[in-house]
Amino acid sequence: MQELWEGLVQAVKLVVSLDPEVVEISVRSLYVSAAAILIAAAICIPIGGLINFHDFRGKRVLINVIQTFYSLPTVVVGLFVFLFVSRSGPLGGINLLFTPGAIIVGQVILIMPILTGMTISALSGVDRSIRDTALGAGATNSQAIWTIIREARFAVAGAMILGFGRAISEVGAAMMLGGNIRGYTRVLTTAISLYTQEGEIALSLALGIILIGIATVISVAVNILLQRY
Amino acid sequence: MTKNVKQFALLAVTILMLISVIAGCTPAGQATENKSSQAQSSYSTRFKIATTTSLNDTGLWDYLTPVFEKKFNTALDVVAAGTGAALDYGKRGDVDAVTVHDPAAEAQFISDGYGINKRSFAFNYFIVVGPAADPAAIKGLSPEDAFKKIYAGGTADPTKVRFVSRGDNSGTYAKEKLIWQAAGFNYPDVEKSGKWYIEAGKGMGPSLVMASEQGAYILTDVSTFLAYGSKLNLVPIVESGQIFLNVYDAIAINPAKVTTAKMLPMANNFINWLISDDVQNLIATYGVDKYGKPLFSPMKGGGCKDPGCPKVEDYTVPVS
Repeated sequence: MQELWEGLVQAVKLVVSLDPEVVEISVRSLYVSAAAILIAAAICIPIGGLINFHDFRGKRVLINVIQTFYSLPTVVVGLFVFLFVSRSGPLGGINLLFTPGAIIVGQVILIMPILTGMTISALSGVDRSIRDTALGAGATNSQAIWTIIREARFAVAGAMILGFGRAISEVGAAMMLGGNIRGYTRVLTTAISLYTQEGEIALSLALGIILIGIATVISVAVNILLQRY
Repeated sequence: MTKNVKQFALLAVTILMLISVIAGCTPAGQATENKSSQAQSSYSTRFKIATTTSLNDTGLWDYLTPVFEKKFNTALDVVAAGTGAALDYGKRGDVDAVTVHDPAAEAQFISDGYGINKRSFAFNYFIVVGPAADPAAIKGLSPEDAFKKIYAGGTADPTKVRFVSRGDNSGTYAKEKLIWQAAGFNYPDVEKSGKWYIEAGKGMGPSLVMASEQGAYILTDVSTFLAYGSKLNLVPIVESGQIFLNVYDAIAINPAKVTTAKMLPMANNFINWLISDDVQNLIATYGVDKYGKPLFSPMKGGGCKDPGCPKVEDYTVPVS
């Protein structure tokens, strides 16, 4: 109990005093996961739209498969991406392993199913009558689709936040693909994992506080934004 | 309708700006807050090595990395892994040099053609540490006899005598198995002999923390133990024995065998730099201010006299 308390006090000091290492690791974590969610969004939101607005054989099965991958284990993603981007793997030529880029790739793959699946749910969750009303009011098909997309924007933004949360809090892929290199690929989760094992409890707690703080700030900020519109 | 579109666009732009501000902070934030990463981000080439965890957990690489980066104007990326994993990264060409400490595995690595230009750059000794009460009464014994008594005590009463093993393909783990063998055991029997024998599957530092939590004995290199000493409820118990010698070697990855390894000249620079007088002197003094004595002995002038010590040319002749 004493350890926890002392650790907390020290952790708060580290956060408040903007300890260089704490700041550096936090900024890197934000940057990596923000890049991952932006890339994933650019890929998955259009794909989700395509799947939702088209009827084809096996659509139900495809959606089920996507939903199954919601809980894709991070270490499995890490392992597969490792085998691909290792210099002796098929994509070895791009020298990605043990760089922040490798972590981004891992996180993109990790959150793609969630983002695609939730985009589909968001779009299909929009009341069918809205589309019918729009069409009835003389809108073209593409105008009707645009109306639906606008109606679904809150749910899609929610999916992005969820994806960001999963990306910034995962440790398996970041550890295997980034290698936890100090000053280069060490992010919040890998740092917490390492420092806890090394017995650096205060530093771990400080980083943990920041990780929770980031998640809270971002979801509150987006909520405020969304409520204003 | 147009109003809604505008609002949506505004929202999208705001979120994007928020994220780009966060992303845009990175180089500036690092540059002002962290000198080492400021330096790293300005290097156009990166050189990757894999290292045994003990060299990293002691902080030696944090200490030497900036020196290397400044001298060669190249970022040095240090991936810490057990010796086994480090050699594997080397075989795959994911790193261009390794710093490891498992003589048998290194010899295999080199004879298989993966590694070349091996040089020794530091040494120290292993020790057995454990709870101050020394429940297996092994103080003053030889390493082999100590292991025999730990085994006897652990199998008799696992609540009293425990042993934490790295269990992770590391050089320390290889040494541990060697000692079990030298003590007359068949290692797989030891591994399966009961709850007293705990395989951690972690690096040296984390394994020490675990042994401390469990009140267990553990084989450790003396450097990591010194670096962690204040965090541990463990004391040195068996400290001498020829088998305890621990030599750290640097090996370049051979591009002729591992075609994906592309930085042999830099790997040679790295190895020659490690055995240079400057770095040998840095190693000789590392830790003195903090722990009262150096954590590692340099090969040059370090006085390695044991039968297992490398030959003089193995740490004086530059590679090319």
